[in-house]
Amino acid sequence: MSQLMLVLFGLVMLVGAVAALYLKDTVSAILAAGSVSLVASLVYLLLGAPDVAMTEAAIGSALTTVVFLFSWSRIQHRSQSSKSPLAEKTDTNPEEQEDHQL
Amino acid sequence: MTQIVLAIGFLLVCMGFWGLMTRREVFRMIIGFSLLDTGVHVIMVGIGYVRAGTAPIFDEALAVAGAVGKVVDPVPSALVLTAIVIGLAVTALMLSFAIRLHASRGSLAVDDMKELKW
Amino acid sequence: MMKRLIIILALVAIALGFFPLAMRISGDSGLTALATHYVEAGAEELGAANLVTSVVVSYRGLDTLGEVMVLFTATTGVTALLVSGKSRSHKKEQESEHDSVGRREGSELLATGAAFLFPILILFGIYIFLNGHLTPGGGFQGGVVLASAFLLLLFSDCRLELNHALLKRAEAISGAAYVAVGLLGLWLAGGFLDPRFLPAGEFGQLFSAGAIPIIYILIGIKVGSELTGIVDAMRRCS
Repeated sequence: MSQLMLVLFGLVMLVGAVAALYLKDTVSAILAAGSVSLVASLVYLLLGAPDVAMTEAAIGSALTTVVFLFSWSRIQHRSQSSKSPLAEKTDTNPEEQEDHQL
Repeated sequence: MTQIVLAIGFLLVCMGFWGLMTRREVFRMIIGFSLLDTGVHVIMVGIGYVRAGTAPIFDEALAVAGAVGKVVDPVPSALVLTAIVIGLAVTALMLSFAIRLHASRGSLAVDDMKELKW
Repeated sequence: MMKRLIIILALVAIALGFFPLAMRISGDSGLTALATHYVEAGAEELGAANLVTSVVVSYRGLDTLGEVMVLFTATTGVTALLVSGKSRSHKKEQESEHDSVGRREGSELLATGAAFLFPILILFGIYIFLNGHLTPGGGFQGGVVLASAFLLLLFSDCRLELNHALLKRAEAISGAAYVAVGLLGLWLAGGFLDPRFLPAGEFGQLFSAGAIPIIYILIGIKVGSELTGIVDAMRRCS
């Protein structure tokens, strides 16, 4: 019985992994990667490791997804603000230049 | 049961590695790295599994004496606990590098970054 | 096409390296000798009911110290890359200019729910790392729940200013106290990070297992403040 559940979870994880790498929309890919972590935490529970399951559910599927979405939103907003008409006002601002120095 | 888990973990590792090598945007490479990390953790926890074993926590259901045949190996669980947190920290660092890369050159396609190519 | 072939060959090589390991491991082989010693002697030596906790904190305590250092380095790197002193105030002016360009206000449901859930989540996180030696849980899980509580607050009010001085101080003091507890173990008990300098107490009670609850409390506070720092450095409104 638990072997059947394990095979099912494995299939869901593999489909989620393929979706995470090959979906065009990046937000959907990030959510697919989060779902892989979530099902992995179920697998850890079946394997008798509840500490690891708690940690993976909290970190892998919550914090990692949030960190990915925050950084994607930063990248999107920056590429959008460079196309908006307000950009000319801020691009000539000299304090903006220090952002480009690593 | 252990073979199934090892197979799942290994397939995740393959997929993460494939994504890391063949995707042409930095973001997908970071997602592939995160999948690779998850796959390695699944393999490690799968190595520690003992058949019909339960979690290594002593309470009313599990007595200290005679627990050797009934509990799962605690050492791989402890290692994976640490490894998951480190994986998050490294992913956050990689993402902040990706943000700075995009800030300084405007695109995240790997083909545009040719300074280190010979 | 050549590149794909080389990648497939590399994967086949990894599979060939992995195959003997997979054939040797089976669920019937029982515990290794080291794990047998931990299971038999761990409960009496250290007094913690959760065996994974005693392995993480005491038997492999140096690995946990290394992990705490790696987390600290990663947080420093993220903060150094994404936050600089001048750009913070300039970011505020820039965002107030772009207010009309597609910024969505948090809904009232989110604001009320976050204000209600925040103390409950903090209490839950503290419960998790306080009871780490008795039930599944521990410092890392409790720290992540603490960071999630702050994340909920950041979602509800995007312009929230966290007290960075308090976060930095909490992280620094808990890190230094962790090393100090390790040195106390060196001085008063068997070795570095040996938690037996406090009495082991009664098995299964809250104040038992020597210094393991203290170490886990410090780890919980440190991980919580570090992850909050990472999320705060990366957050993005609108």
